[in-house]
Amino acid sequence: MKKSVFLGTVTAATLLAGMGMAQEGSTLAQVKERDELNCGVNTGLVGFAAPDASGNWTGFDIAYCRALAAAVLGDPNKIKFVPTTGQTRFTALSSGEVDVLARNSTWTYSRDTDLKLDFVGVNYYDGQGFMVNRDLGVTSAKELDGATICIQTGTTTELNLADYFRANNMAYTPVNIDSNAEGEQQYMAGACDAYTTDASGLAATRAAFADPENHIILPEIISKEPLGPAVRHGDSNWGDIARWTLNALVAAEEYGVTSRNIEELVRSSENPEVQRLLGTTDELGAMIGLDAEWARRAILANGNYGEIFAANIGEQTPIGLARGLNAQWTQGGLLYAPPFR
Amino acid sequence: MTDIRATATPPFRLSMLVNDRRYRSLTFQVIVFILVMAAAWWLIDNTIRNLALMGKSFDFGFLFQRAGYDISQTPIPYTADDTHLRASVVGLLNTLIVAVLGCIAATVLGVIVGVARLSRNWLFARLMTVFVEIFRNMPLLLWILIVYAVFTEILPPPNAFRGDEASAGMILFDNVALTNRYTALPTLAMTNDPGSLDLGARITFNWATIAFVVVLVGGWIVRRMIRAWAQDVQDRTGDRPVTWWKTLAVMTLPSLFLIWFFGLHLEAPSLQGFNFTGGLNVSNSLVALWLALTLYTAAFIAEIVRAGILAVSRGQSEAAFALGLRPNRTMSLVILPQALRVIIPPLISQYLNLTKNSSLAIAVGYMDLRGTLGGTTLNQTGRELEAIVLMMLTYLVLSLIISAGMNVFNARVKLKER
Amino acid sequence: MSDTHAQTVAFVRDTMLPAAAPPIRESGAVRWLRENLFSGPVNSILTVLGLLILWFLVATFWDWFAHSVWNASSLTECREIISATWGPDARGACFAVIRERWNQYLFGFYPQHLYWRPTMTFGLLMVALAPVLFSASLTIRRVVLAITTLVTLWAMVVLGAPAGWLVFAAIVLATGLILSERNIAWMLPFSIVYPLLGVWFLWGGTLWGPIFVLVGPALGWVAWRLLSRLSPLLATVAAIVVTLIFWLVLAGDAARDAEGLLSLSIESVRSDRFGGFLLSLTIGVAGIALSLPLGIVLALARQSDMFLIKSLSVVFIEFIRGVPLITLLFVASLLLNYFLPPGTTFDIILRVIIMVTLFAAAYMAEVIRGGLAALPKGQYEAADALGLDYWKAQRLIVLPQALKISIPGIVSTFIGMFKDTTLVTFVGLYDPLKSMSDAVRANVEWKGIYWEPFIFVGGIFFLICFGMSRYSMYLERRLQRDHR
Repeated sequence: MKKSVFLGTVTAATLLAGMGMAQEGSTLAQVKERDELNCGVNTGLVGFAAPDASGNWTGFDIAYCRALAAAVLGDPNKIKFVPTTGQTRFTALSSGEVDVLARNSTWTYSRDTDLKLDFVGVNYYDGQGFMVNRDLGVTSAKELDGATICIQTGTTTELNLADYFRANNMAYTPVNIDSNAEGEQQYMAGACDAYTTDASGLAATRAAFADPENHIILPEIISKEPLGPAVRHGDSNWGDIARWTLNALVAAEEYGVTSRNIEELVRSSENPEVQRLLGTTDELGAMIGLDAEWARRAILANGNYGEIFAANIGEQTPIGLARGLNAQWTQGGLLYAPPFR
Repeated sequence: MTDIRATATPPFRLSMLVNDRRYRSLTFQVIVFILVMAAAWWLIDNTIRNLALMGKSFDFGFLFQRAGYDISQTPIPYTADDTHLRASVVGLLNTLIVAVLGCIAATVLGVIVGVARLSRNWLFARLMTVFVEIFRNMPLLLWILIVYAVFTEILPPPNAFRGDEASAGMILFDNVALTNRYTALPTLAMTNDPGSLDLGARITFNWATIAFVVVLVGGWIVRRMIRAWAQDVQDRTGDRPVTWWKTLAVMTLPSLFLIWFFGLHLEAPSLQGFNFTGGLNVSNSLVALWLALTLYTAAFIAEIVRAGILAVSRGQSEAAFALGLRPNRTMSLVILPQALRVIIPPLISQYLNLTKNSSLAIAVGYMDLRGTLGGTTLNQTGRELEAIVLMMLTYLVLSLIISAGMNVFNARVKLKER
Repeated sequence: MSDTHAQTVAFVRDTMLPAAAPPIRESGAVRWLRENLFSGPVNSILTVLGLLILWFLVATFWDWFAHSVWNASSLTECREIISATWGPDARGACFAVIRERWNQYLFGFYPQHLYWRPTMTFGLLMVALAPVLFSASLTIRRVVLAITTLVTLWAMVVLGAPAGWLVFAAIVLATGLILSERNIAWMLPFSIVYPLLGVWFLWGGTLWGPIFVLVGPALGWVAWRLLSRLSPLLATVAAIVVTLIFWLVLAGDAARDAEGLLSLSIESVRSDRFGGFLLSLTIGVAGIALSLPLGIVLALARQSDMFLIKSLSVVFIEFIRGVPLITLLFVASLLLNYFLPPGTTFDIILRVIIMVTLFAAAYMAEVIRGGLAALPKGQYEAADALGLDYWKAQRLIVLPQALKISIPGIVSTFIGMFKDTTLVTFVGLYDPLKSMSDAVRANVEWKGIYWEPFIFVGGIFFLICFGMSRYSMYLERRLQRDHR
C-alpha cells in the first residue's frame, strides 16, 4: 500500500505542477499575466511554420505570431508555439489552449460563424491548384477525368475537389493522406496522378523536388483560399489587437517602413500616417489597451509584410513564391490595410 | 458484554455504520456513490457551461446535413451529396471490412507460425521465432507505415502497364494488376442478371447473391442431415455408409448449376485513361492496413497458439498413441480441443485489439469510422463532442458484440467440468 | 546367471570393447543436419523454403546496406556519393540522416546543452526500479546496475554535464550498486522520491515544488498519528483532508516563498520542447507508474463483494478496453477542456499521460485480476482465519503473491503501452516515429528519406521492447520454479 500512496502523491504533484490557474478576464489580460503568447501553428509546413534542427520555429505564420507577441508583450520571443493538426486546430483555439491560431487556415463562412472563430484578416491569398507530372501529358485540370488524386484529409480542399469534379461532371479517386510529407511521397512514387492543395503549398513542394522541371502546376485555380490568423469569437478587443497587428505589418510595407529604417523614420518621418502608425503622434495604442509603440515593436520583430514574405516564402527562398495576389494594392495585388486614424 | 441478548441483536447505533462490518460496506458504497454522482454532475455541469460559453449546442442534427466530401472506398453507394450519417456508416463498414479480413488472415497466419515454431526443423523454427519477435516488439504504426511505403515505392504505377513495351505486366493470366495505387482484381459478371433486391436507402442485394447464400446454407444443412443419418446407421449396424460423394454433391452441384444458370464469369480489369477500370480496385491503403494488422496480430496469435499447444501435457498425446490413434487424429481429437480451451480467451482479446487497432487507418488515409465520423465530418462540422462520443460508443458496441459472440463460442468449446 | 555361464561357456569376453566411432551419418554436423533439417520430406521442404526466404532477404537488402553512406549533409549528396562510389544504378542507404539528426530522434527539441538531464533521469530510473524489478537475483542486479552506471556516466560526460551533477549521479549510482550487494530494499526510499526528482530533472524549475508536494503527505501522516488513537476512520479522513488542503491551498505559495528565500532551481524546460524517444519514455514511464496503483485498486474493486463498487469498476474497465486508444487521445486533445471548468487549460503532455494511464490501468486491472484469481482460495481463508481485516489481508497476504504472479503480464502491458506512445503523433506531439520523421523530411535536405529513420526508430523500439519481454520471460521462469 505504501507504494500506491506515494504514486498517488506523484499524480497529485504532477497535476499541481501542470494545471494552469483557471483563467479569468480578457485574453489580453491573460496573455499579459502569463507573460507569454500561446500561438497555434502547423506541425510542419516548410515556409509557413516548421521547427528547425534545434527546435526553433520559423516561417511566414510564425513571423506573424512573433509580431503579435512583440506588440503585446514587448518581446517577440515570449511565445509558446503549440503545434496543431488539421483536426485539433480549431478546438485548441476555442478551448483556450491557444490565444491566436496562425495555421494557414482558410477563412470560410461556416468557420467564422458556426465554429465561433473570428478571422482577423488575410495574411495570404491562396487558391487550390493541381500539380501533375509532365509525362502525364495533361495541361488542364479539365483533362483529369478518372484520375487518382492525392488530397489531405480534414481541409477545405477536400470539399472543393468534390465540388469541382461534380460541377465539371468528372470522376476521380481520392487518395487520402495525413500530412504534406506523405502526400509528396505518394505523388513522387506515382501513387496518384495529381496532387492537390493550396497553390503555395504546391509551389513549396515542387521547389523541393530534385527535378522541379518535370512537374507542372496546372493553370486552374479551383477555389479561393484566403488564409489568415483567427481568434476566439467574443473577445473583440483581442480580435482588434490581432487584426491591427496584421494591418500594421501590411501598412508598414505600403508606407515603406522597414525594420532597418524604422528608427530613423520614428525620428524624422513627415508622413502623418507613418507618425500615427509608429506612435510618434496620437495615442492609437491606448485604444486597444496597448502602449503607443506597439506597432513599432511588431514591425521590428521580423520587418514589414514584404520583408516577412521575402524572408520566408519569397522568390529568393527555396519556396520561390511570387507576390501575385499578395502584392500591395498599389502594385496590383489585394493587400489593402485600412487607414490608421 | 455480559448481556447475551444485547450481543445477539444489538440495537442499531449510528457508530455501527462505521464500525460494524455488516453496515460498513453499505456506508462505503453510499459514500462512493455520492462521490461518483458528484463527479459526474461536476463534469456534466462543466460541459454545459463550456458549451454555453462557446455558443454551441449538443445535438446530432449535423448527421443529417450534406457531407460534401468523397470517400475512396464505398461498400454501399455514397456520393458527396449524401449525409454525414451515411458517410459515418460507410466508415463503419470499412472498419468492419478491414477488421474481419484481418481477424481471418491473422488467425490463419498465427496458427501456422505458432505450429511452425514448435517444428522440429531447426532453421524454420528459428525463422518463425525471428518473425514473431520482430513484429511483436515494434509499434504497429511503424509496420503500417512500412508496408504502405513498400507498396507505394516498389510496385509500378498504372502507367507502367501501358503500351506494347509496358515495363510491368499483369499476373494470373492477365486478371490481376498489382499497382502502387491499388490491386486491380477481376469482378464477377453475369450474362443473365436476375436484378437486385432493393432494401431501401440505396442498399441493394443482387438476387444471384441471395440465391448463392440460400443454396450454400441449404447444402450445409443437408450435409448435416446426411452425417446424422450416417451416424444413425453406424450406431445401429456398426457400419458407416460411405457418404463423402453425397456430401460433395450436395455442397457443390447446386452452386455449379447457379453459375451455369446466371452465366457467371470473371471480367478482367483493363487500363483506360489514368486507371484500371472494369474490375475491382482494392486500394493499397486497405491492403497495407490489412497486411500490417495481420502480420502484427499474427505474431501475438502465434505465441498464444504455441503456449496453448505446450499447455497440453505430453501424457495426453502419449495416451492417445497408446490407444492406437494416428497422429492426425490425436491432434484433432485430443490435443486441439484441449489446447483451444487455453487459446480461445486470449484470442478473443487479440481480435478486439485488432479491431481497435484498425483505427490507425488514419496513417494511410483509409477512410474507416475514425476517418469519416471522427475525421472529416468532425472537422467540417466542428462538432467534436458529438462526433467523438458517437465514435466511442460505436467502437464500444462493436467490442461488446465481438466479446459477447466469442464468449458464447468459448462456452461451447470449454471443458465440461463435472 | 552370468557366473554359471562363466563356467560352462568356453569363451566369455571379460573386458569391454572400446566404443567404436559412430557411423558418419550418426555423428557430428551430419547427424545434426539430418535430425534438425532433413528428417523427412516435409522437413526438407521447410528447410529449403527457409533457405529461400533467407536468400531473398539477403539478396534484397544486402546491397542497400552495403552501400550505406554515413557522412553527408543532404539526401542529394548521399545519392551523389553512392553513384560515384558504386556506379550510377547502385541503391544505398543514407544513414547520414541519423548521424545529422540523431539528437532530434532521441531528445526532440530539448535544449542541446541540457541533454544530460534526461540521460541522468533515465539512468537513475534503473536504480529506482532495482528494488521493484531486479530484486530477484544478485547477479542480475549487479550486471544491470553496473552497466547503467557506466553508460549513464559516460553519456553524461559526453553530453557535457556539469561536474556537480556528474558527482551527484555518480554518488547515487554507486550507492545503488553498494546497497544492491547487501539488501536492495534499502533503496526503496530513493524509489519513492524518484518520481518527483525525475519530474524535476526533466522539466526543471524549482526543487521546492516537489519538496512541498512531499510535505503534504507528511503532514497528513502526522494528523493520522495524532488522531489514530481516537478513531482510525477519522484519522484516515483527516490525513487525506490535510494532505489535499495543503496541496491545493498552501503548497504553491509555500514553494514560491521558499524559492524567494533560497533559490533551488535549475533551468526549466517547457513541455513543447519534448519530443522523440524522450517523449515516448516520459509518457511510458509516467503511465506505468501511475497505472499500476490505479490498476490494483480497480482489480480489487472488481473482486469486491460490494455490488456498487464492483459494477463501477466493471463499467470503467470494459469501457476503456472497448474503445481504441486513439479515441482516448482525441478526448485528451479535443474534449478534456469541455469537462473542466471554463477557462482551465493544462499541459497537453499531462493530458496525454492521464489518458494513457487510464487506458493502461484498465488492462493492468485485468492482469492483476488474473493474478488474484490464480491465488489458491486457501490463502484468502488463511488470512481470514488469522483475523486480519480486509486491507491487512490484501497488503500482507494477497497482493504480494498476486502481484508476483502478474509481473509478466504487467511487463507486457508496459511494452504495449510503450509502443502505443507513438500514437501521440495524431494529437500533434512529436513522437519519434511519424511526427519527428515528418519534421525532418520537411527540410529541403532530407526530403524523400523514408527507410533509414524507420530502421533507426524501429531498431531502438525493438531493443527496448525485446529486452523487457526477455526479462519478463526470465522472471516468469523463476517464479514458476518458486511455485513448484
